[in-house]
Amino acid sequence: MESILSKYIKVSPNEVKVWFKAASVGDFHENGGACVKYRDKQIAVFNFKRKGQWFACQNLCPHKMEMVLSRGMLGDENGIPKIACPMHKKTFSLETGENLNGDLDAIATYPVKIENDFVYIGFSE
Amino acid sequence: MKTIIVVGNGMVGYKFCEKFISKKGSENYKLIVFGEEPRPAYDRVHLSEFFENEDAKALELAPVSWYVDNNIDLITNERVTDIHRSGKTITTAKEREFSYDYLVLATGSVPFVPPIKGVEKEGVFVYRTIEDLEGMLAYAAKLKKTKPNAKAAVLGGGLLGLEAGKAVMDMGLEPHVVEFAPKLMPRQLDSRSSKVLQLKLESIGINIHLSKATNQILGNGTITGMEFGEDDTLNVDMLVVSAGIRPRDEIAKTCDLEMGVRGGIVVNNKMQTSDEAIYAIGEVALYNQMIYGLVAPGYEMAEVAAEHILGKDTVMSSEIDMSTKLKLIGVDVASFGEPFMPAAKGHSILFEDKTKSLYKRINVSHDGKKLLGGILVGDATDYNMLHQIYLNGMAIPENPEDLIIGARGEGGASFGSAMDLPDTAQICSCENVTKGTICGVIENGSCENFAEVAKCTKASTSCGGCKPMVVDLVNETLKSLGKEVKNSVCEHFDYTRQELYGIIKVKRLTSFDETLDACGKGDGCEVCKPVVAAIFASLYMDTANKEDVIQDSNDKFLANIQRNGTYSVVPRIPGGEITPEKLIIIGEVGKKYNLYTKITGGQRIDLFGAELNDLPAIWKELIDGGFESGHAYGKALRTVKSCVGSTWCRYGLDESVSFAIELEERYKGLRSPHKLKGGVSGCIRECAEARGKDFGVIAVEGGWNLYVCGNGGATPKHALLLTEKVDNETCIKYLDRFLMYYIRTAAPLMRTAAWLDKLEGGMEQLKKIVVKDSLNIADELEREMQFLVDAYECEWKQAIENENTKKRFNHFVNSDDRDDNLVFVPMREQKMPEHWGN
Repeated sequence: MESILSKYIKVSPNEVKVWFKAASVGDFHENGGACVKYRDKQIAVFNFKRKGQWFACQNLCPHKMEMVLSRGMLGDENGIPKIACPMHKKTFSLETGENLNGDLDAIATYPVKIENDFVYIGFSE
Repeated sequence: MKTIIVVGNGMVGYKFCEKFISKKGSENYKLIVFGEEPRPAYDRVHLSEFFENEDAKALELAPVSWYVDNNIDLITNERVTDIHRSGKTITTAKEREFSYDYLVLATGSVPFVPPIKGVEKEGVFVYRTIEDLEGMLAYAAKLKKTKPNAKAAVLGGGLLGLEAGKAVMDMGLEPHVVEFAPKLMPRQLDSRSSKVLQLKLESIGINIHLSKATNQILGNGTITGMEFGEDDTLNVDMLVVSAGIRPRDEIAKTCDLEMGVRGGIVVNNKMQTSDEAIYAIGEVALYNQMIYGLVAPGYEMAEVAAEHILGKDTVMSSEIDMSTKLKLIGVDVASFGEPFMPAAKGHSILFEDKTKSLYKRINVSHDGKKLLGGILVGDATDYNMLHQIYLNGMAIPENPEDLIIGARGEGGASFGSAMDLPDTAQICSCENVTKGTICGVIENGSCENFAEVAKCTKASTSCGGCKPMVVDLVNETLKSLGKEVKNSVCEHFDYTRQELYGIIKVKRLTSFDETLDACGKGDGCEVCKPVVAAIFASLYMDTANKEDVIQDSNDKFLANIQRNGTYSVVPRIPGGEITPEKLIIIGEVGKKYNLYTKITGGQRIDLFGAELNDLPAIWKELIDGGFESGHAYGKALRTVKSCVGSTWCRYGLDESVSFAIELEERYKGLRSPHKLKGGVSGCIRECAEARGKDFGVIAVEGGWNLYVCGNGGATPKHALLLTEKVDNETCIKYLDRFLMYYIRTAAPLMRTAAWLDKLEGGMEQLKKIVVKDSLNIADELEREMQFLVDAYECEWKQAIENENTKKRFNHFVNSDDRDDNLVFVPMREQKMPEHWGN
């Protein structure tokens, strides 16, 4: 299990080496999420239309190690954009990856950019 | 600047000052207050507490500095002796002269000392002032040195007399209470309650002597006893006279103000005496030909006089509430309204238990609708509530006796909490503070506890009788605020589910964003989104496909997410009836997609381990085979379980399967605050376990019995009988109303049993609403339900027929690959997810 988790490490915008062209904007539900496959990784990508922002994080919920975060619900807690895991409603900040309602390890977040109606996710490798 | 002279610095005189300076316009007046006692005003109501701590300061209403700070001249130790009305001046015992524009007489009363021979002897006291008490204490101490078993009598078995009885007992003297009337507290209690009180007092060592007219006080210079009649004497070493009060009205006699025949200065309803520049308030004032010896009317008089001087036309209530509650030597005694009621006005309900020193009496109007008064001895816990019910003319239970002996069978009190009172209900009658005011200061955040509320509103700062009720209100309001954080849906909606339901319905809101913009804030969250989604479903029969991003985890994919992120599939099998052909279809699907299959508790078949990608294909095959969504994933109607009924069973009284199918078909897809389950049994053997469901129907001789609000689960509850022996049509009619009312009013994730617990009036109330249509909403409820029934669509059919909807079942947005993280292990010829590692 540890090995799966170790695949996901937070990438800051200045660390991006690869902008992966994931899918067209239209493939993502407004205010919803979808899962992007990049090599052996699963990345949850969210089109937070209400905030006018896009976010990306690991699809793996660190609680029970299931690949489900992209199927969760978006929301905010005091303005902090968050994703709630569909399994047990563990919530994570989409900005810092921090677990907002518990003391789970932070999830890895990734930069997202939109160019020519395409969604790109930033990776460091 | 005009001058107001207040003569008297007792509780009412002080209250006048306090009220006056708090009013607008009072800055144009100068207040001069005269008190003849050496100290500023103190709390006489709690005088007996002086024995417990001997701390005069603790009884003080306000320190001397309060008068200074508020620019009031307080002149203590100086008695006002004359009023010169023509020149508007007064003179004092120190022969000083002061001018006034308004004069307020608050000289109070003096203890009434009956003209008994020998009453001037040493050892005879009155019970009124701190000085009186100090005198008694000193005398008692001296007595005990020479005579350890000294006895003390109290003349007067009224309220104050019994207090004095406690006082002398606390001084270590053997207490005797002597009363002229044949009962204790003759003004407040009837004979029975008086007897209960007497027995109780005697049991704790207070000797009671009733029907005793004291002829003379015996002793040579110092009291040694009391003589009642020939050969009827009582040896005592001290006597405390507590035989009532007389207004201190000498000063009015010096200036020819109109007086009552038996004393008291006559006032009108503005508290003006026969000289309109002179007011009289408190126990010196004769209002409605009565002297009121209670704090509350005194305070009201202070308020009226203060307002009137400032030009307002406030007037005194025409009827003065004489209700009282006190704790006498550990015994609760209370009376309210009309304690003794003539039979012509209504009937009385009495409860007496001498072994527990309990007595309760309520007087109820002939039509049984109004509480007119009552008496409580031994347990006055319910006094505040009863008093409020009386004051506010609130409706009383159908069986009024429930008010004093509790509702039988259900264990609960028959009236709700203080929170049920109207906002206008006067909680603190001394300070005239309403429930609205008390709750208001908590709700607006200015107070956070009882102490702050008391300080800010003055509630229960006087007699303290309302303190339990104020504490209740404070706690309940705080709870409701704390709960409101819980009750209000979440940080994004400051409303309860019921309120939100109403708003969405009235404003015809149809999307989550629209709802947030209309009545919420922020971006929503995993709590409010499903709540709003469910409300849309309950109002418009929106399926989960319409706005999938606000659906809860399971609704979003129309399947139950399982331990490893795979899903389970449950096709509807109404009433548990299924043909062999359909069983085969389910079997084929299970085999094809390698699913674990199990019979559920709701008489259907669950197929586990379906991968997200496969869900649309699985459901296409099921739908093609004639199945529909079973809504096992939703807070919605799940199943209506049935026994085989009269169709096959030799005991069955009716066709339970047919009716179960009819009900399940009717309510399928119905979204609600929590899941809903039903059951139909063909006879009282109850093989369908219908009474363990949110609604259960059982066939009996003559029709169906309908039970509601049961459930299994963590706290099993049997459903309760809503109606008996009804036909199918009536049963459905009541079910429509019941379910719709539940959907309208329940909190999120609150099942019917918990909802009923919270429903004011419980099952009886629910019966009234559903069966008798007491709220006059039955038509509306039935219409709303019929709309939902007609608007039903299978959401899985919708989902697979729409290419766009189908896309959300792809695990990856950029690949047709499956989730490679899934691991299954074998288990008894089937499969299961690998155990969680942590």
